[in-house]
Amino acid sequence: MAQRAAGGRSETAGLDRVEGRGCVLRGDDIDTDRIIPARYLRCVTFDGIGEHAFSDDRKQAKGDHPLDDPRFRGASILIVGRNFGCGSSREHAPQALMRFGFEAFVGASFAEIFAGNCTALGLPCVTLGERDLEALMDSVSLDPAQRIVIDLAARTLTSRAGTVAAGLRDGVRKALLEGSWNATAVLIEAGDAIERTAARLPYASGFAT
Amino acid sequence: MPPAKSLFDKVWDAHAVRELPDGQTQLFIGLHLIHEVTSPQAFAMLREMKLPVRFPARTFATVDHIIPTDSQHRPFADSLAEEMLVHLERSCREHGIRFFDAASGKQGIVHVIGPELGLTQPGMTVACGDSHTSTHGAFGAIAFGIGTSQVRDVLATQCLALSRPKVRRIEVTGKLGGGVYAKDVILHIIRRLGVNGGVGFAYEYAGPVIEAFSMEERLTLCNMSIEGGARVGYVNPDETTFAYLRGRELAPQGAHWERAVAWWRSMASDPGAHYDERVSLAGNEIEPTVTWGINPGQACGVNEPIPRLSEVRAEERAQVAEALEFMGLAGGRPLAGTKIDVAFIGSCTNGRISDLREAARVARLGRVAPGVRTYVVPGSQAVARQAEAEGLPEVFRAAGFDWREPGCSMCLAMNPDKLVGRELCASSSNRNFKGRQGSPTGRTLLMSPAMVAAAAIRGHVVDVREVL
Repeated sequence: MAQRAAGGRSETAGLDRVEGRGCVLRGDDIDTDRIIPARYLRCVTFDGIGEHAFSDDRKQAKGDHPLDDPRFRGASILIVGRNFGCGSSREHAPQALMRFGFEAFVGASFAEIFAGNCTALGLPCVTLGERDLEALMDSVSLDPAQRIVIDLAARTLTSRAGTVAAGLRDGVRKALLEGSWNATAVLIEAGDAIERTAARLPYASGFAT
Repeated sequence: MPPAKSLFDKVWDAHAVRELPDGQTQLFIGLHLIHEVTSPQAFAMLREMKLPVRFPARTFATVDHIIPTDSQHRPFADSLAEEMLVHLERSCREHGIRFFDAASGKQGIVHVIGPELGLTQPGMTVACGDSHTSTHGAFGAIAFGIGTSQVRDVLATQCLALSRPKVRRIEVTGKLGGGVYAKDVILHIIRRLGVNGGVGFAYEYAGPVIEAFSMEERLTLCNMSIEGGARVGYVNPDETTFAYLRGRELAPQGAHWERAVAWWRSMASDPGAHYDERVSLAGNEIEPTVTWGINPGQACGVNEPIPRLSEVRAEERAQVAEALEFMGLAGGRPLAGTKIDVAFIGSCTNGRISDLREAARVARLGRVAPGVRTYVVPGSQAVARQAEAEGLPEVFRAAGFDWREPGCSMCLAMNPDKLVGRELCASSSNRNFKGRQGSPTGRTLLMSPAMVAAAAIRGHVVDVREVL
């Protein structure tokens, strides 16, 4: 398993594939308040937040939740529906899922801020066509022990259900493959161009000129 | 003549530092707002990377999510909340960041104080570690909600790496009826376009209804863009915008003012600008709108029947069934008449002075119904002072409402204000997600502040037009 810094997955090597078992979490528009209820945001580090992933949903399901299903134990790929991670910008959501043990997400679509937060941590969010996703969910539900391979370079996902196209935006793919998902390091490289851009904005000087 | 451009394109291009190797744009951020929840880990990452804050004068801090609304006295009873605030105070001191704390008289919800201090201005880029940052688009700013790693990026470089979204222009034509508010307009837009309809888009709101809106109404509108999936939503700046900004503490003053207005005007969308998509909605068809489900798109007019399972498309059926079961509501019946347990007026969506005035107008007409617990929470200390000057706390108290101190309060349950058990809350906030208001089984009905006040005095959901 990749080493995890406070920010996310270690960048020392790029990431060209994620391989592991899947966990099927059905449902659309699953929001960040469900992924990590707000009371667990009362913290100054992300340590220990993993155990609270889907805390309320799991309690209400009384053990009958995919994250507590022994057949999915040890899964590293979370398989979800449409618009996963909608709602708040809290990075606590992907942090909690990462610390629970997930290294990649496969779904019909993802909310924008959630997907961006995942990229910043080196966690790919790949999309499948509706039929392919349904087939993958069925296949993994029947045979949770199977290995799933997400090939980021080839943009494919392979399971017992076959090899299918896996959507991943060019820029995100490149950042993951090259191990450059910590944007701070990339942004710093702009050097003085940052100050030059600021100097062109009339409000930066309070409209003094 | 330069080609016609939208405000979005003008602002994006003016702030582009460079194209990044991965195809994203490095965008300069003019205003960075921080609060206690999403910044401590960002400061820790900065320390780990041994980096300073690059433009400390472009970041401003306040405390809102965790602050109790019964008393702001320190230390807070909740030691975790206290620790978060201590961290923020320390980080601001260490890096020279201005902090509008409770003692400053300027504390409040981050999306309320940015505008009222004059920090948020047209043509700017704004970022904050909170998804409701889209609020600031009301001024014709391009404002992004960001995660903690991106807060680190902005602290370290005053920049973000972003993909350029498409722009959808949403026109609201005609005129709103009485008792119909900006909150109803945005709930209606989300209902029509879907909770994920805006993914990959910036929304430009336009048309006669939006142009007639006050700044506070525009703030409510832009605030919930993210609930429709759009990270960014904005309104072009106009005379209403400039009149609001004039004389604000941190807005340009004196000789600088005229130059500022000229530039702000130049940043508005040009006639004939290109939009990737256009949508038009009729303002006179919008009713007082209330959510019946577990996302903000599951909404309907207050007198309109909630959808029956048999009426919804097959692919939505499971979700609607889950929502109705969680909410304990029956399809085919309107929300009007549904008994409530709690009424919450406040939040970054509807915690401004005009919201409180509208709610007070209703509160003057009755008394809180027996058994209904209420929270009236001003969005900032400045809003509270203005309300006091107008005698609003007395109006609310006389009607049996609980008038409280400024903060995020019951919108998100990171402070003591929470639902208990399966309580049903009429709420002027922005999210009706399961568990959002602090009880895993608590239920939320989103509506305008006037509708919340009306529900509080009747004890059940009611069309505010029948009360006024």
